[in-house]
Formats: sequence, C-alpha cells, structure tokens
Amino acid sequence: MALISDGRFIEDAWRRLADEEALPKSGKFIVSLPRLEHAVEVLGPTATFGVIVPNTTEPSALIAALPRLDLISIAFPAFADGRGFSLARLLRRAQFKGELRASGRLVADQYPHAIGCGFDTIEIPDDLADRQDEEQWRAALNAYSMSYQRGYAGRGSILEARRKAVRS
Amino acid sequence: MPVFKHPQILIASNLTDGEVVFLGSSGWERDHRRARIARKADEATELETLGKRDISANRVVDVYLADVEIGSDGAPTPLHYREKMRVKGPSVRLDLGKQAGEGAL
Amino acid sequence: MTAVDLRVAQRPNAPMTTYRYDEYDSAFVRERVAEFREQVNRRLSGALTEEEFRPFRLMNGLYLQLHAYMLRVAIPYGTLTARQMRRLADIADKWDRGYGHFTTRQNLQYNWPKLVDTPDILESLADVEMHAIQTSGNCIRNVTADHFAGVAPDEIEDPRPTAEFLRQWSSLHSEFSFLPRKFKIAVTGAEHDRAAILVHDIGLRIVKNDTGEIGYQVVVGGGLGRSPFIGKVVGDFVPREDLLAFLEAILRVYNRFGRRDNKYKARVKILVHEKGIDEIRAAVEAEFAAMDRSAFDHDPEEFERIAAFFAPPPYESLPATSASLRAAKLETPAFANFVDVNVGAHKIPGYAIVTVSLKPIGGVPGDATSDQMRVLADASERFGFGELRVSHEQNIILPHVKQDDLFALWSMLDAASLATANAGLVSDIISCPGLDYCSLATARSIPIAQAISKRFSDMSRQRRIGKLGVKISGCINACGHHHVGAIGILGLEKKGQESYQITLGGDPTFSASIGEILGPGVTAEQVPDVVEHLVDYYLAEREEGEAFIDTWRRIGHARFKDVLRREGEDGADI
Repeated sequence: MALISDGRFIEDAWRRLADEEALPKSGKFIVSLPRLEHAVEVLGPTATFGVIVPNTTEPSALIAALPRLDLISIAFPAFADGRGFSLARLLRRAQFKGELRASGRLVADQYPHAIGCGFDTIEIPDDLADRQDEEQWRAALNAYSMSYQRGYAGRGSILEARRKAVRS
Repeated sequence: MPVFKHPQILIASNLTDGEVVFLGSSGWERDHRRARIARKADEATELETLGKRDISANRVVDVYLADVEIGSDGAPTPLHYREKMRVKGPSVRLDLGKQAGEGAL
Repeated sequence: MTAVDLRVAQRPNAPMTTYRYDEYDSAFVRERVAEFREQVNRRLSGALTEEEFRPFRLMNGLYLQLHAYMLRVAIPYGTLTARQMRRLADIADKWDRGYGHFTTRQNLQYNWPKLVDTPDILESLADVEMHAIQTSGNCIRNVTADHFAGVAPDEIEDPRPTAEFLRQWSSLHSEFSFLPRKFKIAVTGAEHDRAAILVHDIGLRIVKNDTGEIGYQVVVGGGLGRSPFIGKVVGDFVPREDLLAFLEAILRVYNRFGRRDNKYKARVKILVHEKGIDEIRAAVEAEFAAMDRSAFDHDPEEFERIAAFFAPPPYESLPATSASLRAAKLETPAFANFVDVNVGAHKIPGYAIVTVSLKPIGGVPGDATSDQMRVLADASERFGFGELRVSHEQNIILPHVKQDDLFALWSMLDAASLATANAGLVSDIISCPGLDYCSLATARSIPIAQAISKRFSDMSRQRRIGKLGVKISGCINACGHHHVGAIGILGLEKKGQESYQITLGGDPTFSASIGEILGPGVTAEQVPDVVEHLVDYYLAEREEGEAFIDTWRRIGHARFKDVLRREGEDGADI
C-alpha cells in the first residue's frame, strides 16, 4: 500500500495489526473494529493506536474510544462509494482530533473531497499508485483555489472571500 | 458451454471520438461490413481477447459481441434492432452518422 | 460585484436580469475546465482507466451514447442570455453537427462531440459563463425551476435566486459528489407548479406563512424511472436561513443510508419508500439538530446578493391591453391562433410571455438548429431584454415581450419555422431522444412523436382537443416523463421488436399523479391509432371545460380501457 500526505507519497509510520497478532507493547498500530473495545480496555495511556472501520460504521460506536484513538482509517470499498466522506465529517464533528485516513482505491481526483471532509491521509494499493503518481495527487490538491461550501476543510471559502471584498 | 447460435462480430466505441467501430482482420473498422466474423465459440473468444487488449491499450471502450446474419455477399448484418441502429445512425436524421458516410479514421 | 459593476453590466437591450459571474465563479469554471483537460489526458495515457474516468467524465456532462459521445450543457434554472444562446449555436457549428437538443431538465445536449474536443468546448462555454458541471453522475444535478419565473401572474416569489443559491452550494461538494445515485432538485414559487417538483428527489415550494415570512415546503423522494413515486413532505416550513442546512441534512442521510447494493434501488425515493417518511423525517431532523450551524450564518447576505441579479428589467408603463395587438389578430388569423395558444398573461400590464414551440409538426421534439438558436437570440434582444428560458417541456420561452411587439416577433419566428402554434396541445409532445441516440434506450421514441404529431396536424382539431400532455420515453428510465403524461408512452422491447406501453392519467403539477397502464404493448404503427381512439373518446365524453386529464379522472380508467378492448374486438390487433 502507498500513503499520500500533503500531495506526497510518504513512508507509513503505522502498521496494520492482523487479528490473530497480539497487541504490541510499542509502535503505532491499527486494529480492526472488533478488537477496539478490548484494545481500549487493556492498552495504557501512552499507547499509540488506531482503528480501521467499515464506511457503514455508526459514529456512536466510536465515541467512547475517540479520546484514546490517534488514528481512524475509514475503508472505501469502491472509490465511487462516498459514505466514507460523510463518516469523516461526523467524526470531526464529534471532535476527533487524530489522523483520519481514507483507505481504498481512491483516485487522485478525489483528494480535494477527502481533505474537504477532514481526512489527513489517503492509503491506496500499489497498482493504483503506479498509475497515479505524486504529480497527479499534487495537481488534484491544487486544482481549485476555492470552494463554494463553508465549514469544510481545505480550500478557502468563496463566500468568505466575497464577504471580505464587500467589507473592504 | 453455451450453444453458439449465430455468427458474431465484435463492436466497440472508439475512445477519442466515440464512434462505433468493429474489429476487422487488422485493427478496428468504421464499416461493419469489414468486420471479422466469428463462426465458432473459440473464434468469438479470440475476438473478445483482442478487444480486451485494445481496452487496455486505451483505444476503445464498451466492447461486446453482437449476433449477425451473413448475406449472400458475405457481409454481416446485425440481428438485433439496437445494433442495426448502431451501424447506420439515427433513423430520424438520415443525413447524419454512418448512413450518411460520416466518420473519418 | 460592486454597485458600479452592476450598473456597467446593464446594457440597454440586455439589462442584467439574471445571475452574472464574479471573479470567483469565473475562476471556478476555468479551473474546472483545466481539471477536465488533465483528466482527458490522463485517460488517453491510461493513467486513468475507463472505470475511474467515467464518474469524472459524467460529472462534466459527457456520456458515451449509441453513435457518439453526448455532451449535456447545464442551463441553470433554464435561463439563458442572448449571448449564451449564440455561443451554443457557435459550438454546434464548430464542434458538432449544427444543432442541439433541449431536454426535460432545461439543459442542452450535443450529440456528436469528440472526447478530445470536449475540453475546448467547455472552455468556449466558460467564456460565456456556462459549463457542463454535474449534468450527469451520482451527484447533485442541475437545479431546475419554473420557466415562467419572475413574470408569471401567480408568482409568490421568483424561484431562481434560490436555484442559483443551491447551484453554487452543490458545485463540487466535498461530501456529496459520490452519492448512491443522481440527485435532482427543482424549485417552484407560484400557485401552480410548472417545475414538476413532486417528482424530484427534492422539490422546494416557496410559501409564505401567516406572518408573511418566506419559507420552503420541502418534499423528498419523488421520482420517475423504473419505480415512480410522488414526493412526500419532509419539512412543512423551512425558513430561508435554514434551507442549506436542512438540505445538507437530507443529503447526508441519503449519502449514508441510500442503497448501494443495487443501481435500480439507489435513488432517495427508494430509501423513503422502504424506511417510510416518518423515519426519514426523524433522521433528517436529528441530523439538522446536530449540525454546526455557524457555517451557515452568513447565507442570508449571500442570498440577497444573488437575488439582486434577478431584478426586473426596465419595463415600460403600458396599458393592460394593446390596441395594435387586437388589430393584428383580426388581420392575420394564423397570428391570432399563435397568440391564443402560445402567448400567456404576464404580471406586468402590456407584456406577455411567449412560448416558442420546438415541436414543429413531424419534427424532432426539442431540437433546434444553430440558425434557429441565432434567431431566438436575436428575437430575445429585439423583443425581450436579451433573456430566454428553456422549459422542461423542451420549448423556449421569451419571458418579457410587449404585446405591441407580438406581431413583429411572430413574423420573425415564422420565417425561421419557429412559430408552430401548439404549446400545450396534443402535438406539443415531450420525448426523450430514445434509441435513435441513447445507449440506454429499449425502443425509439422520436418517430412515435412524429407520427402522433402528423396524425393531429390539423390545428383547428388540436385546438378543439385543448390541453393534452403526451409524453414519450424510450426506456424505463423515463427521461421523457411518460409517468406524468396525461397520455404516456413507454418504449420497450417485446420478442425482439419495439413495443409501446400506453399509460393514462399522469400529472406533473401540484395535483401530481402517476399514469396507469392501459393494456398490453402495441406496435409503433398502432400508436397513432390508439392515441386517436383515446382522444376521440375523450371528445365524446367530456363535459364543459374539462381537459383530457379531468375527463379521465371523472369517468375512470376502466372506461378508457374498454375503448381499446372494443377496438380489439372490431379486429384491430391490439
């Protein structure tokens, strides 16, 4: 898998923990959703861990764990399945401050959507990374200077710009 | 193995201009009468394989086999009315499409 | 735009009567063109597969159809300036085959663009503040509105500022661009609905409450297609300042819970039908309550900014009726006929609303040549402040014509074969392109429209019949809106042949209803006969003042079915 951050491919500091593997004593690791409750119970306050969740997850299933989680990875079963974008919005609304990661066969053109909804990073399979190089991801990030919606992250808001122009 | 009922030709849309094209003996043809005809199941499979190769080569999209009948001149004519439309053009504008000699490769 | 810019934008023959882009809108469409140009390059190089490219191609309005690509240009709320209409004509000539097709969602379709030319076409559109953004794809589509907006006597408020407000909000939405399926919104602001809001995913009806405050009745889950539904009320009175937040709540519920397992069950109408409106309403209200509303705080200012663009043009003070009009009618019967059928009352005394029919007898419904588009542009500048509308009935509206000018306008239209006096009559048929153009179609629709049109070519007969909505779809996707036709026709395939199923009793207005099936499918050749038998039966049975739909409602569907059965017994193979 390849990891995109700020329009660049970077090394992934996180490790996806297989379900049969025991919780490690150190390092940054990601557990599957069924293991989350147990992980929260047994892991100490210094543990750095995250969870990977289906895009149909109810935010309420994660609320209790939010303060403990450093990363939430939302699976995109298909790039055209946009449920992950709403889930990300809801998790940010619930005050999740850690890294939000979109994981799946997303294409570069979806980068602004992901950033807008509160994702920090995108994880894609290698075969996709081969076809969609860094330049395409960076270009996608910079394709639009501003956005029509407000309350979404990323690009500046056209509405805000208009208000400033009227004032000045 | 499904029964092979009719001869078949391979139809696709040309990527750059969307025109209907047919796999011929050496490349894609604009005229269906120059399409390669599959008379057996394995020949049809071979057409499909070639079609898929050209999808990957970003030449064509929407590749599929269509049933045809063969005329006395050896040329194929599609059996279904949808493909009959595709080899001609709009029935309500006889001045447009293949029927009017349009399309340039 | 500053106040100075507003004045500069007004020209004597084309004052500003609709939204004009500011620097941000212009930058946005340019960036969109640049993005699409790159997407096409990446498609050609293989960096994007067809499966990956397709949603982005569709979000720029480009379909792959039966014979060629098809580009669907957005005409927001059906409003065009003369300059924009001329550009549509130029594009038709330069990159297409010299004509375009006006659609049932107030857009324009070109049938022969090349993929490699499309970025240049979009660039040309951007020059005149137009685009093809989100006219397809699983995203929020063109927001349509009453084509008599701003000028109808029964108007409560012009729906177009709302439509423009929503157009901007929905453009390249970070969260709602990968919905389960397409999402269509329509707005109406009058006592009569001319925008078919009850058969849209979201329908907005502008209303006034007891204190005179403007708000919106919000209807959700209407739609045609495979499973037609009339929308249900999800918000009785949503104040203007809450509108965007409320819509965001609906879209979020749909994005999260709309079905994604089956393409044919993925529209919001299915979600509403399967969960029930009460559950959906509760979910929407819960989401609305939980949202951070500070993001919507300054929307009322933005709304007012937008609304100012839709100011009325500088109407003259005229008497309510025109003496020269009366005289011209008496002198030229064909003109009188046109006025009686195609000209409607205007809210300003001395003015009129003109429907230019794009349904010439035996013609292709909704098509216009580039020359005709130029005539329409010229006509709008000479006789209408340079503004035109496209109706979802596939006709063109000139919304600001002085009654005194009607004769000169009619003469101009007549010379360009644009004066067919059949607005709302049986030959004013709504028809999708069907199997002549569309790769989704199961049968042809245009030749059926042409045959019916020719069968009823006698204009006095058409006038005697009166208002009758005939709507034809070439497949179950129902782009011809056949479900809401008083006579609806659906083209299917039966045993390898084109077969036509006829429905009766559809209605797209506030008294909305879905048509009922008449009987087994008939052949193309039989369709004009069947329609004629139905019309003759209506004429025999109708009471004073009843349109076809009224008679059908009064005497019932079974009696009309009997008509066809009796015809069958006489030997006709129905």
